[in-house]
Amino acid sequence: MKTYLKTLLRGAALCASLSTASAESLKLATEAAYPPFNYVGTDGKIEGFDIDFGMELCKRIGADCEFVAQDWDGIIPGLLTKKYDLIVASMNITEPRKKQVAFSDPYYKTAMTHIVAKDSGMTEFSNETMKGKVIGAQTGSTQAEYVQAKYPDADIRLYPSQVELNLDMSNGRIDVMLGDLLPSIDFVKTEEGACCEVAGPPIVDPAFVGEGAGIALRQEDTALRERVNKAIAEIRADGTFKKLNDKYFTIDIYTLQ
Amino acid sequence: MDLIGTLLANWPRLLDGTAMTLKLTVTAALISVVITPLLALGRVHAGPVAGGLLRLYVSFVRGTPLLAQLFLVFYGSGQFRPFFQEWGLWGFIREPFNCCVLVLVMYTTAYQAEILRGGIQAVPRGEVEAAQAVGMTYRQILRRVIFPHAVRFAWPGLGNEMIILVKGSALASVVTVFDLMGRSRQIFLHSFDFAIYIWAAAIYLMITACIVLLWRLIELRLARHMHPSSPLPGASP
Amino acid sequence: MFDQFSFGNTGWGDELLSGLGVTVRLAAATLPVGLLIGFGVAQLLMARSFMLRAVGVGYTTLMRGLPEILTLFMVYNGVGLALKSFSQHFAPGGAGFDISPFVAGTTALALVFGAFAAEVIRGGFIAIPRGQIEAGQAIGMSPAQIFWRIKLPQLWRFALPGLGNLWLGLLKDTSLVSIIAVNDLMRMTKVAVGVTKQPFTFYLVACAIYWVLCLFSETALARMERRANRGVARA
Repeated sequence: MKTYLKTLLRGAALCASLSTASAESLKLATEAAYPPFNYVGTDGKIEGFDIDFGMELCKRIGADCEFVAQDWDGIIPGLLTKKYDLIVASMNITEPRKKQVAFSDPYYKTAMTHIVAKDSGMTEFSNETMKGKVIGAQTGSTQAEYVQAKYPDADIRLYPSQVELNLDMSNGRIDVMLGDLLPSIDFVKTEEGACCEVAGPPIVDPAFVGEGAGIALRQEDTALRERVNKAIAEIRADGTFKKLNDKYFTIDIYTLQ
Repeated sequence: MDLIGTLLANWPRLLDGTAMTLKLTVTAALISVVITPLLALGRVHAGPVAGGLLRLYVSFVRGTPLLAQLFLVFYGSGQFRPFFQEWGLWGFIREPFNCCVLVLVMYTTAYQAEILRGGIQAVPRGEVEAAQAVGMTYRQILRRVIFPHAVRFAWPGLGNEMIILVKGSALASVVTVFDLMGRSRQIFLHSFDFAIYIWAAAIYLMITACIVLLWRLIELRLARHMHPSSPLPGASP
Repeated sequence: MFDQFSFGNTGWGDELLSGLGVTVRLAAATLPVGLLIGFGVAQLLMARSFMLRAVGVGYTTLMRGLPEILTLFMVYNGVGLALKSFSQHFAPGGAGFDISPFVAGTTALALVFGAFAAEVIRGGFIAIPRGQIEAGQAIGMSPAQIFWRIKLPQLWRFALPGLGNLWLGLLKDTSLVSIIAVNDLMRMTKVAVGVTKQPFTFYLVACAIYWVLCLFSETALARMERRANRGVARA
């Protein structure tokens, strides 16, 4: 009888602990192949600015969050089929994507740039100068849209992720690579990117770059979107953003100044 | 799902991708026609050391995924870029198409060689001895006795390998080659239109059906002397 | 260079091992489902009705003719999209269904495995001498008894070599699911390459692990075949 009572009590305690822990739980998707925003560290865990930002965001909206890695190709279909609830993966807010998903307000500003080998001497980028050159970009990215629209006569190669793209840029398998400005600046500073340099003016054409990087949600989750936007504004206003920013960057990525 | 609309909107790119798939497969198949007999003969005749190495090679290729081999050659080659440049091979290995063909040839010949070896070993000893008795050189025996038999025995198995080759070529899409798979994936990611996969599937099935048909026709021709119904030479009506 | 493969925070040994675990689990989860599909489709292939036979032939032709990677994408993207429109149609605003990459991978691999297995299993049934079945009927066995006591024990013997080859193919095909973000051996290798920038070294190690897995399977299969054939006199 005594043991029976004990099990009963233990069961009750378990129930209680379950109910207190039942705060809203959300799954966040990221690519984990886009340093320094999201990448896999040497210990095999996902890290980066997006992860820090996403976790801070969850704290503000009072949710238990877990990051999952998802290939870029499938990241929007995954959101639509409810594999996760938010995409925090430095996704540019663009018109074509808005047809599929809803976006939060931008949480940082983006631009694109060309990266070339240091000895190439390339500074001019047009369909004429790119003719016959091998240009790399990531599948399904705004950069891919850009190269396909602007350099139809170039030899375009689309890679599954930025990591493989970087690998082949430093191997010299591609002549020009299109990347986001901030990771590109980061890349050429690394040993792997020592081969290469950022060339030409940054590309800021909103038709391709969009309004900046935003958090993607399903279109029907309007209440969640409001809460996310409020939290982004708070993080920016109370100085937390600067703290996260300075951990990774030397310039303020919210304004690109 | 609007099948016709999807086809009308995307047929040039699908056609492009199909051409690339065929180019990959046919190139790899033609090269394998030269390499497979050499490997098969090596497997039959090579001494202990060379034979052991060949067995190791075949076992490695057959024991590892095609995708892993492709990544090993494509991304792995970058680790040895100075070496390849020194030997003047970087220009070749730099092209993803070449890497894909190289890996497909390695892959398919390892399987084909085993099938052809089975065919060679199935050639009746008496026939080889008869050829020796009439004074044929080894080359003549190979060309006139062993290979015609071996190829006929191995033919259905080789046909299966061709189909596997077509299917394997779809992996080229993960190393930036826009084959049929790569094109369809690109269109799908742009439009989320599932119909494009159905068209891709239909085209792949058409390609395999053509191979099956072609193989069957050649098989009938290879075995024409085996059919009692076929007219004897000189007995034309 | 070996410390890269050590276990713990700095090396990749533990990540690769966990990837290997996922690879083996994928193959092990696919096998029973694939065999079940194979059995079912084999019954269709041997059915009396022309329609059923046509369905069986259609299925095996389709699944054996498509690249595995296309089947995988069709299951992963297609089923997801279909479930989404289905759930919105019948339960708007509901929780929706979910198909995880692991389940999508297992499903696609099992569909393909089943098609090839069906042919092997059909071949196994055909290889059973007709006289034995007639003998069973002559001593008054029911069809069920004939199936359990005569057909099935020998089917195992005839189908084992073919199924063994399919198992080896399955082990290797699991690498394809790395493309849809299942953390199998192949994908963990890709992650390690991204960090260490040593593609050749790591892909070679991955190849070696698959190779060992296959060699190990081959040995086990050879032993199983010997055991399955222990009662059979050899010519």
